[in-house]
Amino acid sequence: MTRLLPTPSQTVGPYLSIGLPWPDGPHVVPEGTPGAFWIRGTVRDGHGDPVPDAMIETWQADPDGGFRHPDDPRGAANGEFRGFGRCPTETDGTYGIFTLLPGVVPGEGGTTQARHIDVSVFARGLLHRVVTRIYFEDQDNSGDPVLATVPEERRGTLIAAKTDDGYRFDVRLQGDGETVFFRV
Amino acid sequence: MATPTDFRLPRYGEDPEGTHPPLDSSGYRSTALRYPKQDLVLLPQMLTEVTGPLLGPGRLGEHDNDLTRQHDGEPQGQRIIVTGRLLDGEGRPVRDSLVEIWQANAGGRYRHTGDRWPSPLDPNFDGVGRTLTDSDGRYTFTTIKPGAYPWKNHDNAWRPAHIHFSVFGSAFTQRLVTQMYFPDDPLFSQDPIFNSIPDEKARQRMVSRYDHDITQAEWALGFQFDIVLRGRDASVFEEEEEDED
Ligand SMILES: [Fe+3]
Repeated sequence: MTRLLPTPSQTVGPYLSIGLPWPDGPHVVPEGTPGAFWIRGTVRDGHGDPVPDAMIETWQADPDGGFRHPDDPRGAANGEFRGFGRCPTETDGTYGIFTLLPGVVPGEGGTTQARHIDVSVFARGLLHRVVTRIYFEDQDNSGDPVLATVPEERRGTLIAAKTDDGYRFDVRLQGDGETVFFRV
Repeated sequence: MATPTDFRLPRYGEDPEGTHPPLDSSGYRSTALRYPKQDLVLLPQMLTEVTGPLLGPGRLGEHDNDLTRQHDGEPQGQRIIVTGRLLDGEGRPVRDSLVEIWQANAGGRYRHTGDRWPSPLDPNFDGVGRTLTDSDGRYTFTTIKPGAYPWKNHDNAWRPAHIHFSVFGSAFTQRLVTQMYFPDDPLFSQDPIFNSIPDEKARQRMVSRYDHDITQAEWALGFQFDIVLRGRDASVFEEEEEDED
């Protein structure tokens, strides 16, 4: 088969908020879904200042660890669950995603991955998205094969803290407490 | 149900060196405080990475693919048709997949409160479109050719005319946001965003091609712009296809 060469990435620029937000974007699950909670946080730059023109996207398994996708070798999961969330940051750099706790999912070679959400961050000044993961402080994260590869002193940047209405997950693009970003 | 050890997942190969811009790209000043300084950590492609949102027709309104018909009147400017195919690295069409675009109007002005450049807003143009690819991976938009616009990055800085594109592909690994440019734009040479792509040939893959067959007589100019996403790594499939060699 012919190999085609990929299209390069470019920044979303300063005006992403006219094109990408959806009214229901932050709602991975509808308001009123039992057990659902908010993940809230602030995106900050290398000076620690809020980033008002960023966007967070999330992708996750359902509470049973299933994906509605044909490439899940266990078979695509049933039922309504979008699994995807999208929220631009406000002028104060904050975002929120309303979702359910993802289930544990298998990893490589018989390992089990702790409950996690994959995250893309887009912004003016980011020529390519950056990718990170959200884990949860009140869940069992021991034995997670991805966390194990992250230097111990930086693991905390991937762990969302419990709050009144869910969890807090801040993103620091650069500098003190810089979030761990992944190459996928 | 398969046990974890039975897993055979697709693998999305790395794009060739020079395809994507370095996050630290000093010519584009906004990168300075926003690029991560620590090394990226390798994330193995497991279930969460090889799956992704499959966003369907529920997201589309009636005139979402025709940006010239979203208001009562016609927008100002040169009407154009932009079409192309969404493909993976093996040339397979990505079907029924959401394509989102946003752009400036004919005068180079975005309908955004942060855009203060003194060129008028067009009451008949929002500059936002969405569509789904068809069974051949093809998308088509009717819109207005966006104008160039100034910005403050460097002295006398102007962005070449462009349309912002957002596509999902079929896996988290394939998510891509890019910009489509127009052929022979004289502003390419001074634009640090266009030139952030190290490989000159890769840069040219962001430039649409004028296509007289797409052009409609006495109506609109036509441009072709194919978008190619990461392919599945051939090595994974060689094992399965050994019999064919
Ligand atoms: Fe732009």
